[in-house]
Amino acid sequence: GRLLCGPGLRRSGTGLLVTKCGLLRHRQAGGAAPASGAYWVDSQQKRYVPVKGDHVIGIVTAKAGDVFKLDVGGSEQASLSYLAFEGATKRNRPNVQVGDLVYGQFLVANKDMEPEMVCIDSHGRSSGMGIIGQDGFLFKVSLGLIRKLLAPKCEIIQELSQLYPFELVLGMNGRIWVKAKTVQQTLIIVNILEACEYMTAEQRRQVLAKFSGN
Amino acid sequence: PRSALSPSPGDTSVLAGLYGPAEVKGSKELPDRAALEVLLRPKVGLPGVVERSREQLLRQTCEAVVLGALHPRTAITLVLQVLSDAGSLLSCCLNAACMGLLDAGLPLSSLFCGVTCALDPDGAIVLDPTTQQEQEARAILTFAIDSAERKVLMTTTKGSCSVEEMQQCLAAAQRAADTIFQFYRDSVRRKYSKS
Repeated sequence: GRLLCGPGLRRSGTGLLVTKCGLLRHRQAGGAAPASGAYWVDSQQKRYVPVKGDHVIGIVTAKAGDVFKLDVGGSEQASLSYLAFEGATKRNRPNVQVGDLVYGQFLVANKDMEPEMVCIDSHGRSSGMGIIGQDGFLFKVSLGLIRKLLAPKCEIIQELSQLYPFELVLGMNGRIWVKAKTVQQTLIIVNILEACEYMTAEQRRQVLAKFSGN
Repeated sequence: PRSALSPSPGDTSVLAGLYGPAEVKGSKELPDRAALEVLLRPKVGLPGVVERSREQLLRQTCEAVVLGALHPRTAITLVLQVLSDAGSLLSCCLNAACMGLLDAGLPLSSLFCGVTCALDPDGAIVLDPTTQQEQEARAILTFAIDSAERKVLMTTTKGSCSVEEMQQCLAAAQRAADTIFQFYRDSVRRKYSKS
């Protein structure tokens, strides 16, 4: 079968080289052939490196003609064209200002070129991407926590949603945007999410029970 | 900082902070790989010539293991702050640098560790000498040893010794390296067991 090398592994000659430290993971491909599927290393990191197809939250830092420059937390700023929004034409420009938050995905992201982002999928629809609204709170966590939160049926998100209703945007670059009804509720959710990295499930439930009691 | 650690043999301890891959100022940009910079700050006073030469040794060792080709036109900065010095400072800096690289998640081809050997006037080998033993020694040798095949990445010698003595020190250092790599493994295991 075909063997896929994920993040943390590189081919070197005939063998594999492990380049990062972490937990080795394996996912079996459909055919269940013994040497097929994907292997990767789950490593804990805070610094983001742009990868094609990743959905991230960027902060607009400059408008240069027809292109916006976004800070995505990588080594280079990403570029976003004004036409890469749903329903945008040359006459109907999107209303983007410096300092706005944008949720988009990487169209081009490799080590040799400047990363390019779009807020539109391959069918031309926005599917949740675009400019993130006013208010709310943006903060940074480690990349491992984001991957944990993005897993299907994440317990943390389910438990938090029982506490207060809130809007959440998760960027693969470690950035999370939260908005709840009041500023106090927003800050409580922010603090819980930041602390989730170091708390066990039991400690988290205790904290949430304390808040839902009030 | 993306990572901050301080391993300490005895009472020597160094704090390492790693930043990167980050944006690089125009002139320092390298088109095919990452520009690695090491800054060593002594406990008291301004960095002098000794710190500069140690920075170069550390930089060359780190460049040998970091896969810089994966991050061209970026800058990786390693800042080492000496918290206390009771001997074997250079090997402590090497160990701190390696753990910093490991913790930050930078792609590495292998790990490395630093071991210091002191040859006292009788010819006996002392590993990880204290400041007192370093002053009395005839020669002090520091080796940076890689984890894949225990090869030597960097050697620096102060004083004079014969070729056979150097070979003996090297063999002792390679044996000691196993303990250090086991320590790395245990620290990382502890970190990942929490999540």
